[in-house]
Amino acid sequence: MKRILSYLMPFRFRMVVGFLIKVTGTVAELLLPFILTYILENVIAALDVRRVVLYGILMVICSIIACVGNIAANRMASKVTADFSLAVRRDLFRKTMYFSARDTDAFTIPSLESRITTDTYHVQNFVGMMQRMGVRAPFLLAGGIIITLIMDKALALVMIATLPLIGVTVFGISHKGVPLYTEVQKSVDAMVRVVREDAQGIRVIKALSKNDYENRRYDRVNAELSRKECRVGVIMGIVNPVMTLLMNLGIAGVVAVAAVRVARNASSPATVIAFMQYFTLISMAMMSLSRMFAMYTKFAASARRIAEVLDTPDSFFVEEDQGDDTDKACISFKNVSFSYFGKKKNMENITFSLPEGGTLGIIGATGSGKSTLVKLLLRFYDTDSGEIRIRGRKITSYTREELTSLFGVALQNDFIYADTILENIRFGRDIPMDEVVRAAKVAQAHDFISAIPDGYEHMLSSKGTNLSGGQRQRVLIARALAGRPGILILDDSSSALDYKTDANLRRALAEDVSDSTVITVAQRVSSVKNCGQILVLDEGRIIGQGTHEELLETCKEYREISESQMGGAFVE
Amino acid sequence: MNKKTEEFSLNKKTDSGRGRGRRGIVLRLGGYVLAEWQLFIPAVAFTLLSNQLSLLGPRYSGAAIDAIEHVGGVDFPVVWENVFRMILCYGGSAVLAYILAVIMLYLSQRIIYRMRRQIFEKLNTLPVGYFDTHATGDIISHISYDIDTINSSLTNDLVQVMTSVYTVVGSLLFMWRISRPMILIFVFTVPVSIVFTRYRSQKVRPLFRARSRKYGELNGYAEEMLSGVRSIQAYGRQDVISERFNVHNKDAMDAFYSSEYNAALLFPSINLINNVSISMVAILGGILYMYSQSGRIAAGSMFFITLGGVAQFVQYSRKFAGPINEFSNILHEFQSAFSAAERVFAVLDESPEPADAPDAGKLDRVEGKVELDTITFGYTPEKTILRDVTVKADPGQTIAIVGPTGAGKTTIINLLMRFYDPVSGEIRIDSVPSLKLHREDLRRAFTMVLQDTWLFHGTISENILYGRENATMEEVRAAARAARIDTYIESLPEGYDTILSDDGVNISKGQRQLITIARAFLADAPMLILDEATSNVDSRTEIKIQEAMWELMRGRTCFVIAHRLSTIQNADTILVVQKGTIIEQGNHEELIRLGGFYSTLYHSQFS
Repeated sequence: MKRILSYLMPFRFRMVVGFLIKVTGTVAELLLPFILTYILENVIAALDVRRVVLYGILMVICSIIACVGNIAANRMASKVTADFSLAVRRDLFRKTMYFSARDTDAFTIPSLESRITTDTYHVQNFVGMMQRMGVRAPFLLAGGIIITLIMDKALALVMIATLPLIGVTVFGISHKGVPLYTEVQKSVDAMVRVVREDAQGIRVIKALSKNDYENRRYDRVNAELSRKECRVGVIMGIVNPVMTLLMNLGIAGVVAVAAVRVARNASSPATVIAFMQYFTLISMAMMSLSRMFAMYTKFAASARRIAEVLDTPDSFFVEEDQGDDTDKACISFKNVSFSYFGKKKNMENITFSLPEGGTLGIIGATGSGKSTLVKLLLRFYDTDSGEIRIRGRKITSYTREELTSLFGVALQNDFIYADTILENIRFGRDIPMDEVVRAAKVAQAHDFISAIPDGYEHMLSSKGTNLSGGQRQRVLIARALAGRPGILILDDSSSALDYKTDANLRRALAEDVSDSTVITVAQRVSSVKNCGQILVLDEGRIIGQGTHEELLETCKEYREISESQMGGAFVE
Repeated sequence: MNKKTEEFSLNKKTDSGRGRGRRGIVLRLGGYVLAEWQLFIPAVAFTLLSNQLSLLGPRYSGAAIDAIEHVGGVDFPVVWENVFRMILCYGGSAVLAYILAVIMLYLSQRIIYRMRRQIFEKLNTLPVGYFDTHATGDIISHISYDIDTINSSLTNDLVQVMTSVYTVVGSLLFMWRISRPMILIFVFTVPVSIVFTRYRSQKVRPLFRARSRKYGELNGYAEEMLSGVRSIQAYGRQDVISERFNVHNKDAMDAFYSSEYNAALLFPSINLINNVSISMVAILGGILYMYSQSGRIAAGSMFFITLGGVAQFVQYSRKFAGPINEFSNILHEFQSAFSAAERVFAVLDESPEPADAPDAGKLDRVEGKVELDTITFGYTPEKTILRDVTVKADPGQTIAIVGPTGAGKTTIINLLMRFYDPVSGEIRIDSVPSLKLHREDLRRAFTMVLQDTWLFHGTISENILYGRENATMEEVRAAARAARIDTYIESLPEGYDTILSDDGVNISKGQRQLITIARAFLADAPMLILDEATSNVDSRTEIKIQEAMWELMRGRTCFVIAHRLSTIQNADTILVVQKGTIIEQGNHEELIRLGGFYSTLYHSQFS
């Protein structure tokens, strides 16, 4: 809560100004019944029509001030709201962009997404509401109470007596409401997940004619969400009627006490009438408060979910390391072990070293840990034991920027977004056009891009669905090459290329990036056989290490793979 | 065919004429409310009752005050009686208000539930192209943000509107009874409010529409970038992407601000009009009271008024003005709700995959004969992807499709599955044109293993059972065994009940692929489509799978986008596709003998 409200701090000056304008407007509005009473009590008694009209005009002037003040204040409030949620959403998104892989896994992407969208939206609504009504309502309430106290203490106290009861009700219900709203948001997450999966798997769903199944699956989460919303609504719905009832009982009490006081000449009937006016005003203020309060519970639940993200500590630490002068290798792994969940080891005692400008091939069965190794090298995860050094320095001594500037990566789970081909290769980097073209040529992408009428300016759809698998991979390789990285990592990124294109790619790579250190993760022996060193992985362990020729001699698994593929695999 | 499309688009035009526009949206939303008449009618009844009771309140308090002011001292019995009545009224009103709130909650939840369900069910009927052209995040924002907006409007505003109407009419009646001349004031001010409100809301509506759209875009962008967060990190592009996100963020907030800025004018202005009315009431009421007191107006004249009367009139005119105030406030919320509803209805009005032909036949026993007859197709009219493609597969035959990437191989699959329909030409299954078959039957006759694995949040067994729901656990295990994933699954602590989490790290892409293959085994369809199915499974696993695949393919007509030579060599027909046409067609020996593109490719890999 505090975390979220701290985002309002920069706007405090504007909020104060808005507040003052609002207060002026509210005071003007509050004066209306006051003048009204005055007219009824004093002016009318004097039987002076001119003064009645005069005071009437005064009321009109107050009304105008109230109107102008409210418009100005509400506009300022909207601006603050817009700026506030701009900042919250900006930081929230940025934070998720910097999340470690473990954090993203823990929150899950759909949940992060709904935090950025619906939760922020709730918070924004509340902040807007708070400014529009949050000043007015308490002020009307306080002002009303003070004026009634001045007018007639005894009557005012009767009315005030209901306030603690209202407070207790509101507090009690809010106590119950917040956790229930948290539950609701959880169900929203689940619902969003199903829609997301459905949108992504539509081809499979249609192929298997699974509409009914999907509809049922969705219906479960949909019904669950409705049920939870009802549960929280039934409880939150109590607030309003109870509040109104208490206020109205106050009115009845005031009338009863007034009767006694008027009989004793301690009060006048005109005072009672004015009192009723203020009472209506106060009860209207209470209404707004109760509405705000209903929103508050929703806000609190969402604010907490946002704060959870914002408060997640950055697990990326940087430590001092002077470097090991004896380690001349570009990349070295020493006894590296790692586990995703702390149960089964996904990487065990990995040791290898790769010289500057060397080439490394990694091959192995599904789940053998090839991608895990790459993820460790990119520091998506930290090792559990052992150490990774890059150019003699521990990987943990590199800052984020240093680390990413070392690599050019084409990952297995390719990411193409809705923008031009050019932008997808540039990927937000400041890379001149001729570099982009050079990279695309090496990646064997230039030809097919040039064949498109608008070439590099061609718009790709989200996830690159308007490209074939092989074209996507080549765009990704071009992206990796465009930054002229010192270390190039190709994680299973040419699997959809036909052999001829793949062979051309290897040849071009050998010429173009001869200075770079290249790591190739692949399923085809032909993609790695020219590497200076090949690792054969199995269940997180190295079971073979050496050149293609050596491995054919020493590693049975490698030989098996190799034999099955020579003359086995063909064009796509 | 052409005529049909024309008719269709004509229908759509009149349809959208009805569906769009504010009146259309209101009517349609109203339809949802009326469909819940079992709740709506009690809701109306309770609104009326509850308001009747709360309207009586001021009347009794006015009577009590008159009794206090009683000439000859306070008339206590009357005061007590009226106070007692007030308590009864307000108590009853509170109980009714709560019941009403609960009814409205259920009413709105049922409507919202139904809408969400309709959207989702609609989504499933839409052609694949819709998903290719709409960002997932945007689709999600229909079901979350848009529905949220409609929901809050329904729960709060519907009762408000009903209450308002009732309060306005009720107050007016009471005011009529107290003093007719004073009502004249409202004859002037109310129309002014109405005209002003209409004028402003017309101005503001497009702004709210823009705001909804911008939110959708923002959500879409967030979704897209979040899904690529690992790649963004690998390139250290967090800042750049965050900046771009912020452009969308800024756009959305600007749209928010400009709609709020313009809407901010309405509420205080209406309030002003009301306050002025009340000031006039005070002036006129004061004057009338003075004359009544001084005797210039005789008791019994329609101009005669007591102090209690003035007080009541002022109270009722506040009650009367309140809803008019509220109206303008609600209208503001309705603006967002309308544009959200507009977006929701737009999804519901999307044309689904064209209905099955009226004379569409069932596909019971599939032999598996597939013919493509001079098929021409393009995703857009400007660009033809396939040109005059003709292929014939006899039952049980394997057709291997080879060729460079982007040649149109995936498109052939899209057409076979009727994800898209050809521009010209015909596909026949067992000699029946596929357009004359129920789409569902046709698709069920194929099993498809795609290059993009797709698993949902659920247990492994649920994901495999997706292929055939009524299969036994024994069959699931057999399928897993056939896909060579059984050992892995059984090694997991939860076995087949292991939950596959979103984008989870607990299972690799290759293993995910194997699960989808197990699913295909279970589906057991007479025809098979493999789209680069093995590209994510590494060679060692591939060897194991190969036998199983052969088994799966035996007796089935298969279309394989192949890259294994063994598959291709054993295929009955090889299609070599290039630039949307089949340049060579025949079996391995024939094509080698032909000495064309295929044979060049074949020989090149040994060089």
